[in-house]
Amino acid sequence: MNELVSKKKISNSSGQIRAEALFKRVLVIIGCAMVVLVLGILLTLVIESIPSLKSLGIKYLWGKTWDPVNNVYGAFPFLLGTLLTSFLALIISIPFSFAIAIYLGEYQPQGWLSNFLKNTVELIAAVPSVIYGFWGLIVLVPMVRTLETKLGILPYGIGIFSASLVLTIMIIPYAASLGREMIRLVPSQLKEAAYSLGATRYEVIRSVVLPFTKSGLFAGILLSLGRALGETMAVTMVIGNTSLIPNSIFAPGNTMASVIANEFTEADHTVYLSALIELGLVLFLVTVVINMVGKRIIKKFTNE
Amino acid sequence: MKIPFISIRYLLLFIAMLLDSVGLQNKLNAQSNDKTLLGAGSTFIYPLFSKLFSEYNRKTGVEVNYQSIGSGGGILQLTNKTVDFGASDGPLNEEQATKMGAPALHIPMASGAVVITYNLPGGSSNFNLTPDIIADIFLGKIKQWNDPRLVAVNKGVNIPAFPILVIHRAEASGTTNIFTNYLSKVSPEWKSRVGSASAVNWPVGLGGKGNESVAGLVKQTPGALGYVELIYALQNKMDYAKLKNNKGKFILPSLASVTAAGNISLPADSKIFLTDTDAADGYPICGFTWALIYKEQNYGGRSRDRATKLLNLLWWNIHEGQQFSTPLNYAPLSKQALQVAEKILKSATYGGKPILK
Repeated sequence: MNELVSKKKISNSSGQIRAEALFKRVLVIIGCAMVVLVLGILLTLVIESIPSLKSLGIKYLWGKTWDPVNNVYGAFPFLLGTLLTSFLALIISIPFSFAIAIYLGEYQPQGWLSNFLKNTVELIAAVPSVIYGFWGLIVLVPMVRTLETKLGILPYGIGIFSASLVLTIMIIPYAASLGREMIRLVPSQLKEAAYSLGATRYEVIRSVVLPFTKSGLFAGILLSLGRALGETMAVTMVIGNTSLIPNSIFAPGNTMASVIANEFTEADHTVYLSALIELGLVLFLVTVVINMVGKRIIKKFTNE
Repeated sequence: MKIPFISIRYLLLFIAMLLDSVGLQNKLNAQSNDKTLLGAGSTFIYPLFSKLFSEYNRKTGVEVNYQSIGSGGGILQLTNKTVDFGASDGPLNEEQATKMGAPALHIPMASGAVVITYNLPGGSSNFNLTPDIIADIFLGKIKQWNDPRLVAVNKGVNIPAFPILVIHRAEASGTTNIFTNYLSKVSPEWKSRVGSASAVNWPVGLGGKGNESVAGLVKQTPGALGYVELIYALQNKMDYAKLKNNKGKFILPSLASVTAAGNISLPADSKIFLTDTDAADGYPICGFTWALIYKEQNYGGRSRDRATKLLNLLWWNIHEGQQFSTPLNYAPLSKQALQVAEKILKSATYGGKPILK
């Protein structure tokens, strides 16, 4: 009887061990698949960019002309457009996302109002981007046009500024949600200690909560930036899609993602198609660089 | 902290499109039975084609599956032999023709036109425009609505002082191809500075994605001027300009004046842009939409029956099918165009022998 039980136990456990090993292997394979996928994408982009690299060389990066008729391609206006819209959107979004994060994380962590606000902010992230594009075109653009008329600028309405505003709204939830989670994770002992020393609420936030959560807040910003860099549909509808270099933030421009989306389906010769794919490569690399720099900064923050 | 690369989504999409173009769809053709013909291409002709194909199906039981993925996509799919016919708003360029590997036929199906639409508060609803004025507006040389040259061709019309905001298509399109082809014909400066293609390096203005976006921007921006397909302007009741053709007449774009533009002697292969037509009553910015097929239909294991069905369909399109054009705001083919199209269809072969008699 005793022997039987122990035998069963052994067979059971050997089966369990095998299952454990199998499970681990599955995890590793799936994890590696992601690495292979990213490398595969990079490889495809590089290979498909070769015709364009050959005919245009490195000056593709700072070339200012995008002329499919004469096969001259320069990515600079779009690189500039992507960076301008993304960082402008980021700067405008920071006060909003931090305010939401602090309010929901510290002042109003519970209750119906908190839930309502939280769900609304998350809903913003769930709305498809084409809807923001339409909203931007129909509501925001006329408002920007009125502003431009008052400022005495050529009233295009659409342009870098409008695109940045639309992006701002789209990226707020990312930094706000992550920031809120981080702020709620601040140990209450720390805050209570500060209160017992006579700190006001604002002082607690400034000298306890924010220093404790800064790496998380920064990660949220980075996440928003990633979203802004790659956003295509909403931007292309309100940015003006011109390959001229913008001379002010109200001027029309274009981003890398929207050029690809606009011209890919009808690119009718090899170098043109390849130049568009190279644009994808540049976008890929820009994203990688920004993420790497961002991680470096986060690391520096956390080590202090 | 893990930070996902958001833009990977787009890259994946990208890869999917590449794979698509490489020809993973080759199997499609083999799978579809001989009762269903496959086509792909021009979005412009799509509404007409869906009407034609549903009528044809009711009459003959032959089904046609047409995907409106854009002219370039249609050409690519025909090159990969995944469809029986492509449809394009522009003729094949040299590189595309070379990639095809075998001679392809261009059969005109309908004509379309590009109109200059605008929004000028207090202005007239049918301005007169001349070719050189349009070219100079799109070159950025005429910047104001009350430019003396504009005033000179619109005597007695009130033109307020307003800056002109030029709006063009953002994405590559057949509409742009026809429009820039016209500008290249009428303006040597445009030809040398910009040229003609489905996407060009615009000297001024901003881009809207699709006809609807250009139309939307023109409607909401005072002083805006852009170009859209005639159908689009008709359906949306927009203001559009009368254009001076090369016989010196100011022509209002309409189905009749578009059909008239095709009443000229056409080359035997019909590969011609109808822009700047010599027809006295023709509107000058017009173009054909062609169906594209291989001249030799015996390829990739296709049956003679399938080839015959395809040819019969296209024959029907340019004859009985033409009655459906006008109600849908497409300009029917002119007499000359019809004759040329018939000859081209008769030149298609199966195993070297003509299919249609």
